[in-house]
Amino acid sequence: MTNPLNWFSQVVAVTGFSLQTIVNRKGSSAATVIGIAGVVAVLVGVLSIAKGFRKAMTVSGSPNTAIVMRSGADSEMMSGLSRDETRVIADAPGVARASGGPAASAELFVIIDLPKRSTGTDANVPLRGVEPAAFDVRRELKVVAGRKFEPGKNEIIIGQGAAIEFAGLDLGKTIRVGQNDWAIVGVFTANGGISESEIWTDAAVLQPAYRRGDTYQSVYARLTSPEAFDAFKNALTTDPRLNVKVLRQADYYADQSTLVYNLITGLGTLVAGLMGLGALFGALNTMYTAVSSRTREIATLRALGFRAGPVVISVILESIVLAILGGMIGSVGAYLAFDGYRAATINFQSFSQVAFAFEVGPALLIQGMVYAALIGVIGGLFPAIRAARLPIATALREL
Amino acid sequence: MKFLYLVGCNLRRKKLRTILTLLSILIAFLLYGFLCAVKEALNAGVSIAGADRLVVRHKVSLIQLLPVSYKDRIALIPGVDAVEHQTWFGGIYQDPKNFFAQMPVEPEPFLDMFPEFVISAEAKERWLKTRTGAIVGRKLAERFKWKVGDRVPIQATIWTQKGGETTWEFDIVGIYDAGKKGVDTTQMFFRYDYFDEARAFGEGQVGWYGVRVKDPARAAEVARKIDEEFANSPAETKAEPEGAFVQAFAKQVGDIGTIMVYILSAVFFTILLVAGNTMAQAVRERTEELGVLKAIGFTNAQVLSFVLAESCFISGIGGLSGLGFAWLLIAAGDPTNGALPVFYFPTGNLIVGLILVVVLGLVTGIVPALQAMRLQIADALRRT
Repeated sequence: MTNPLNWFSQVVAVTGFSLQTIVNRKGSSAATVIGIAGVVAVLVGVLSIAKGFRKAMTVSGSPNTAIVMRSGADSEMMSGLSRDETRVIADAPGVARASGGPAASAELFVIIDLPKRSTGTDANVPLRGVEPAAFDVRRELKVVAGRKFEPGKNEIIIGQGAAIEFAGLDLGKTIRVGQNDWAIVGVFTANGGISESEIWTDAAVLQPAYRRGDTYQSVYARLTSPEAFDAFKNALTTDPRLNVKVLRQADYYADQSTLVYNLITGLGTLVAGLMGLGALFGALNTMYTAVSSRTREIATLRALGFRAGPVVISVILESIVLAILGGMIGSVGAYLAFDGYRAATINFQSFSQVAFAFEVGPALLIQGMVYAALIGVIGGLFPAIRAARLPIATALREL
Repeated sequence: MKFLYLVGCNLRRKKLRTILTLLSILIAFLLYGFLCAVKEALNAGVSIAGADRLVVRHKVSLIQLLPVSYKDRIALIPGVDAVEHQTWFGGIYQDPKNFFAQMPVEPEPFLDMFPEFVISAEAKERWLKTRTGAIVGRKLAERFKWKVGDRVPIQATIWTQKGGETTWEFDIVGIYDAGKKGVDTTQMFFRYDYFDEARAFGEGQVGWYGVRVKDPARAAEVARKIDEEFANSPAETKAEPEGAFVQAFAKQVGDIGTIMVYILSAVFFTILLVAGNTMAQAVRERTEELGVLKAIGFTNAQVLSFVLAESCFISGIGGLSGLGFAWLLIAAGDPTNGALPVFYFPTGNLIVGLILVVVLGLVTGIVPALQAMRLQIADALRRT
């Protein structure tokens, strides 16, 4: 390698030459591109489900918001708090003040059966009873159609995700749950967060409808600052009148999403890994064929004085070009097919439905392309080594 | 014999290509098997639901409880053969990650209702004698290395005991096995009388009822009668066949399961396409040789079967080992640690897989094989 410039121009010449000959091997090259495109599309597609789900669960978790449940309870549904306990919690140090008192909302969380629009089968739809301060605790919540429910009335507002997924949830209509009729008076959004999967009403109306007496399940509180959390937590966990656990809302929802997130990413990664192997074998096959069909060409180049290095690089580059092409087709396909696709699934941990949108972000696209390029490099490496090792004299004599 | 020797020679001509093709097919069928198991797991229980069984739950949702007094009223409804009830306990063993289901039941009606949970007569007797006794599924027992006689502490998340104690202790009196394929053996059942007496609230309330009807053909009618019995009461019911109940629950997972199945099937076929193309290519390259074979007296039929044998051999070896590895991987158990309690390779899918292996071999071989058969000797020899 006496002259790097010369070496480099050899690489360019040989690579350009080999890329031009791709046309002669349309069949096998196209098969490689399609194979890699499929793998990347699946990788990106499956991970976009997991990403979208995680995002819906965590996007609304403001660092200022804390949730309080009975100690030992794993989710709101399992928790239980008396009215006295919720008052003690609302008056704890660190809770921000709102116009009508502390920014803390004692809430009930139940599920009701509503049919899914897509399948017509019953799904567990979360119904949350809140106190007026709830809107001050979750400031991202906006009523986008209709109005808020009036305290004391059998009125509900529905999250946008729930409205899309479940039959019967239309503004202005009434739904019957058990022996109560509920009028739908508004639709709300919450930055795409978990609340959008829920139905909200006044806790004071929900208590008698569900024979809950004067009890609640959780308290959501907005704190004066993220730093106030430790003091708030200490005050509540050391209070002899209470037996509660205190979590940041973001941590609570991140924890609630682990099972489904791990399920999807675990299966997705395993499957994408296997498929990657399949595509790798395809790429290896193509590149070996490419090398063997050009045995004479390569030998001629070597005889003319081209070095082994540029030949190796050109084979790898050709493989990478095919892989990247496949990767791009796969990523774009996955983006068009999956980004923003709305779905709902059951979160086993909260036993209720979560509506969310798949998310194909830049990070995921890069991940897909890197995966494709990796398949390309490995798929080109071994055939390239074979090309470089061809004994020139015998190769020239071939065929 | 000579025939096989020729097929073998052709396969060995480009060993690397043969091996790579074999491996891609292996991977494709490995994926296929795995995919079938996941699909089956997401639909867990539908295929084993009893046609003569109904599930009766609160009309508003499964989390609302029903009075235990409904048991006798349901039993009196014409067409009802037997009734049992269960309640979701939702406890934790050591760590929330160790998820598995626990339910308080009445041992005798429960075992009578679900003959697919197989337990020895001694274990049953021990259970009836031990108030704190519990039976656990085989897989669950293996997972935590439990054996009969162990005392297992479970942390309550919902059901605290009177006096505020949250730890419940159960004595394992028996391990149940699956009476047929697909039965969930990751559950734990303990006694309702112990549960009801010790819980701090909710006495006399149960989660749902299982009902066996006398005549499966009249199941829908009995379900309607049960719902009518409790209409306009504070706790209205929804009775439906067990299969429909399980299916609806599986559907809650929703589009996600379907989408995963779709995209994975797309990939399965992509891999087969790529592999098939390579196989066809391998035959096309040898056109002139086939011409030589015909020139020295091989018949058309011989050339045809000869090319087909080669493609079927690759597809057969790759496909069968793929299905074999899938079977091993699936037998190793649920890859998600508890989220898919029922995880096995359904026999029906295995048979479809075997058919696909044969079809792949024939389809990839048939086009080049026909070309080879129709080949005019003179043309073939002139090609180079």
